[in-house]
Amino acid sequence: MSVKTVNTTQRHYGLLFHAGEQELLEPGHVACQGCGATLAMRLALKALGPRTAVVVPACCWTVIDGPFPQHALRVPLFHTAFETAAIAATGIRAALSIRGEEDVTVMAWAGDGGTYDIGLQALSGAAERNEDVLYVVYDNEAYMNTGIQRSGATPVGAWTTTTPDGARRHVLKKDIVGILAAHRVPYVATVSPAFPEDFVRKFKKARDIRGFRFIQVLSPCPPGWKFPSEKTVSLARLAVETLVFPLVEMEDGRRVTVNYRPARPRPVEDYLQAQGRFRNLPEALREEIRRQILERFEDLLEAHRKTHGTDENIPTTLR
Amino acid sequence: MSIPKISDVAGTWKVLTGNHTVSHAVKLARVDVISAYPITPQTHIVELLSEMVASGELPARFITVESEHSAMAACIGAAVGGVRTFTATSAQGLALMHELLHWAAGARLPIVMVNVNRAMAPPWSIWTDQNDSLSQRDTGWMQVYAESNQEVLDLLLMAYRVAETVLLPVMVVLDAFVLSHTAEPVYLYDQEVVDAFLPSLDYPYKLDFTDPRSVGNLADPSLYFEFKVRQEQAMQRARQVWKEVGEAFGTHFGRSYEPVEAYRVEDADTVFVIAGATATTVRVAVDHLRERGERVGLLKLRLFRPFPFEAVRDALRGASRVVVLDRNISFGHHGIFFQEVKSALYGMQPAPDMFGAVIGLGGRDVTVDTVLEVYDKLSAWDPTDPTPHFVGARFREDGA
Repeated sequence: MSVKTVNTTQRHYGLLFHAGEQELLEPGHVACQGCGATLAMRLALKALGPRTAVVVPACCWTVIDGPFPQHALRVPLFHTAFETAAIAATGIRAALSIRGEEDVTVMAWAGDGGTYDIGLQALSGAAERNEDVLYVVYDNEAYMNTGIQRSGATPVGAWTTTTPDGARRHVLKKDIVGILAAHRVPYVATVSPAFPEDFVRKFKKARDIRGFRFIQVLSPCPPGWKFPSEKTVSLARLAVETLVFPLVEMEDGRRVTVNYRPARPRPVEDYLQAQGRFRNLPEALREEIRRQILERFEDLLEAHRKTHGTDENIPTTLR
Repeated sequence: MSIPKISDVAGTWKVLTGNHTVSHAVKLARVDVISAYPITPQTHIVELLSEMVASGELPARFITVESEHSAMAACIGAAVGGVRTFTATSAQGLALMHELLHWAAGARLPIVMVNVNRAMAPPWSIWTDQNDSLSQRDTGWMQVYAESNQEVLDLLLMAYRVAETVLLPVMVVLDAFVLSHTAEPVYLYDQEVVDAFLPSLDYPYKLDFTDPRSVGNLADPSLYFEFKVRQEQAMQRARQVWKEVGEAFGTHFGRSYEPVEAYRVEDADTVFVIAGATATTVRVAVDHLRERGERVGLLKLRLFRPFPFEAVRDALRGASRVVVLDRNISFGHHGIFFQEVKSALYGMQPAPDMFGAVIGLGGRDVTVDTVLEVYDKLSAWDPTDPTPHFVGARFREDGA
């Protein structure tokens, strides 16, 4: 297989970090402009390399990869039923092991609907058995492929076509990494495409661990979240800077590491205001969301302190 | 036919339940990945397989999933990975798999599954009838029905060879308890004999890192139709392949199999049609009726999908009455085999009168007397009656 070598950016701009030269996601995919999930796939495959098998259930990526006979990835991709990403990946892993291809990373790549909702049962089963697969949820916080319907990952108060008056819930969305960590799997992490160095480091780390690995990518969706498509990376960054989406690692379900603690967190309001989906959020609910986001971050800091004995070691800068 | 003759084939006689016969067949087929979820009356199959895997006797991976849906998805993943797969289920479990049965067939994966026929709830029942497997008729799976435990073994070995030839999945069906939990003498072939009949799998479309492809992606209306035509063409080809593999089985094991099996039909006026273990009972009833001087025969359906169209027509050509016995019902119409046989005979001249009887739902005993009762009622039945005839059930015609 021929591999493109593109290192002009590094050479010309003297970047401090390069995600990797090998492009395993080709141009010609059919994602929307500014799709966070596409940026995420590009980075993930740069980290994992060409010996990766991808399993995609029903989700935006069912379409993004391109219609038959097109295929945007330079690695094999198997399309599977909505609720089966974790277990179809398990089956492929079993077959590859029998074929002696132990070095291959089998990656399930699912949306939030296929993870938080319809796929949770098979996901829990695979996690509980500690199957040797990497499960990635690119979380765009609603059923975006079908046109923006509420999922179990839709934040409080967010507009969707099935929550025209704002998602009715009074607590933060389902804590998917907490659920996976409770299975005591070897590795659980959150990543953001706005922090590519952290992103690639975690995918490489996950690649080199055996057993069940779970990574949540917050994946901004311009049409679903109602923001201009050139703002994907800045909005992904804002989610982290406002503590809405903390970057963490959870190992063996016990050791928690907070990877980034902004010296001065940005106001949650900045994140909410940047998106049309929160336009009609009542003030009382805004306050409640702020409170719960801070509370969750405090819980994570406490878990970090329990693991590390201190929270002084948490970086205050990250890229 | 159910008692095999001892041939020159290397092997050993064992007394095995239908379920344990399945486990031994899976081992002899050198299956690589097994994934299953427990359900009565299938459970013994996977228990023995688990033991075989744990002891190393069967070098396979057993994935103990959290549902039948996942059991089929695991087989799908493993089959895409290019290895031989197996699962077993029954009734509710098969129904839960439904979505993925379409997936396995549409993805052209040679998965082999055993379904132990069990009635669908509610009310809960663990006993035999055919509504579970027949509800999956249109998923694109081949289906074969076994009459004896020996046939269970033989059909499973043939199933892998056919599946891997035409690239479609196969469901091997056996009756709950009547076969699954009943011990019979089974001739277990030596591994070398099976290996000579069933070569190792070389799945042509397995995931390939040197030529990476996308499998199952979106096909728009300009393409989807052709995929389905190809799928049906494989099914049509399978009809001949089953015949050839049934004959090849005879050369290897001294016992060949036809898609259908006719018994005393040559001069028969009235021919019963049935699938599954109840065929044995009907065969005995045919002998009784012959002793009474009635010209009666039996046609056993072994292969159901692809439907053995020509074989059924040929076997029933001389009959003036065809009586299909269904341990199943399509509510609002008739028994399912009855509809299938009736449609296969359309346009045949002279055409027999067709009668359907629904018997033995939910494991209600079907005895020789049940079959004789059907026979004796035939003269009173109207072949154009839109309602099914229930035999062996307590009910009032007025529905009160």
